[in-house]
Amino acid sequence: MKSQTKRRPGESRWTGFFYLVPAFLIYLLFTLIPIADTVRSSFYDWGALGKSNTWVGLGNYANLLKDSVFLNAFSNNLVFIIFYSIIPILLGLFLSSLLGRYPLPGFTFFRTVLFLPQVISMVVVGVIWRWMFHPTTGPVNLFLGIIGLEHLQQAWLGSFQWALSAVGSVGSWVQYGFCMVLFLAGMQRIPEEYYEASSLDGANELQQFFYITFPGLKSEIGVALITTIIAALRVFDLVYATTRGGPGESTMVTGFLIYRTAILNNNIGYGAAMATVLTIVILSLSLLIRKLMTDHTNEAV
Amino acid sequence: MTLHWNKLIPRYLVLIVFMLIVLIPIYGALMSAFKSNVEIASSPFSIPQTWTLENFHQAWTAGKFNVFFKNSVIVTTVVVIASVFLSTLSGYAFGQLPLPGRSILFTLMLVGYMVPFEAMVIPLYNWMGVLGLRNTYWALILPQVGLSVSFGTLWMSTFFENTPRELTDAATIDGCSRWQTLWLILWPLSKPATTTLIVLIFMWTWNEFLLALVMVQSEAMRTLPVGLAFFQGRYTSNLSLMAAGAIIVALPTVLIYILFQRFFIRGMLGGAIKG
Repeated sequence: MKSQTKRRPGESRWTGFFYLVPAFLIYLLFTLIPIADTVRSSFYDWGALGKSNTWVGLGNYANLLKDSVFLNAFSNNLVFIIFYSIIPILLGLFLSSLLGRYPLPGFTFFRTVLFLPQVISMVVVGVIWRWMFHPTTGPVNLFLGIIGLEHLQQAWLGSFQWALSAVGSVGSWVQYGFCMVLFLAGMQRIPEEYYEASSLDGANELQQFFYITFPGLKSEIGVALITTIIAALRVFDLVYATTRGGPGESTMVTGFLIYRTAILNNNIGYGAAMATVLTIVILSLSLLIRKLMTDHTNEAV
Repeated sequence: MTLHWNKLIPRYLVLIVFMLIVLIPIYGALMSAFKSNVEIASSPFSIPQTWTLENFHQAWTAGKFNVFFKNSVIVTTVVVIASVFLSTLSGYAFGQLPLPGRSILFTLMLVGYMVPFEAMVIPLYNWMGVLGLRNTYWALILPQVGLSVSFGTLWMSTFFENTPRELTDAATIDGCSRWQTLWLILWPLSKPATTTLIVLIFMWTWNEFLLALVMVQSEAMRTLPVGLAFFQGRYTSNLSLMAAGAIIVALPTVLIYILFQRFFIRGMLGGAIKG
């Protein structure tokens, strides 16, 4: 933040408060205090509202570490990081290094389309992909039939082996356009002379990618990592709209488990402990990535 | 530097392939909404033999999408207006006004922007129950405004910090109060920043699912995404009806995105960068 604005002659030093208070009050009541209350509840064995409300200290957290359902859900979130984050970022880097250095007439149109999944409700995305993956009439299986891979046809979302990857790949579908647009915007900043000079020095395209493009996109890659990893860790809507955690618990994720534990099964303290863990993981990861990325670049990220 | 045809064409082909991967599922769903279920099964991507609006009609009336649509419009309108107005005031406070404890307050505002809804939904669910506000618009509006002003304040304060100081100084000399300076001098200049904020908060609120799912049990209070999710549970094999429902949910955000895409993309890239 820039330095504080000068006060006008005779102006109260509290002027800013009057403008801040309405927004801050709502934010305090409906965001900050609920967050604090989630953390507080996580120290209680708290069943249905008002009943069996006893202090258990870190008991809920100790149970979480032994709870195979929770550990499974959390590790599914980690698998989702591959689909939501790693694959889209690699695809985005590949595509933008292929396209980014040269003006491409009509790119605005491509950008509009590539960004489209970002603005559509994830429930709608889930409905669309449940149809795509439909066992008998779904286009995915039809396509496999057409290219002669009938033996791969299956009920993707109902398969213990494939459901997690199927839902995850929907995440890749949502995120790769975002990464591409982000990286392409970043590449506009890298001076063309760098590439020209390195060509004269005999660098090939791979070397140019590692020594010019990749370092030049550092802050964009950091941004892409933060946004997509957070999306992978907090995924809820998509799982709700495609598999509801099934078959069995094979696509169960932490967000859905919190909902099931605290809201559906009224196990408030335990659900709150899960929510606290998830929040801490998300907060520390985003702070860590921001720090890593700003250590090496002086840009205001 | 421009590229030769023989290099340009392969690049376009790659771009077209990745564009089609995005577009084909959406196009298929759009076509399905105008077809019968029999036709979807036999030729999923064809243009409908006879275009029918029957699916939309059925989703709208029998599926109660008219009710969900009304709820979504009410909640989104109130959230957008309240959040943008409050964020303009608070962003102005951070960007231009004397404010003791500025950096602590700023960090506090940042928390809400990074934290997921899961972190606050459990107490909100309980309190709204205690206050008797579950199944009301308030339960959907107030938490959404709380979260939106977190981002909105950060977004607008960047705008106010970067407006030339000479402008506000001149306004001071002309005798404008702080309030007048904000609305007469700065507000007209803030149009791009405000437009971006409006479209982003619109999209987030329209698409919000977890909060709306948890706070509302009665069918009459559901928003569109929640309505669609329950609809899907009930008509699981009726693909054309579901496609029509999905189009109703997606159409407003897609239209606004196409109209305001410059603001959308700038906001989502810039917003991500701030986060």
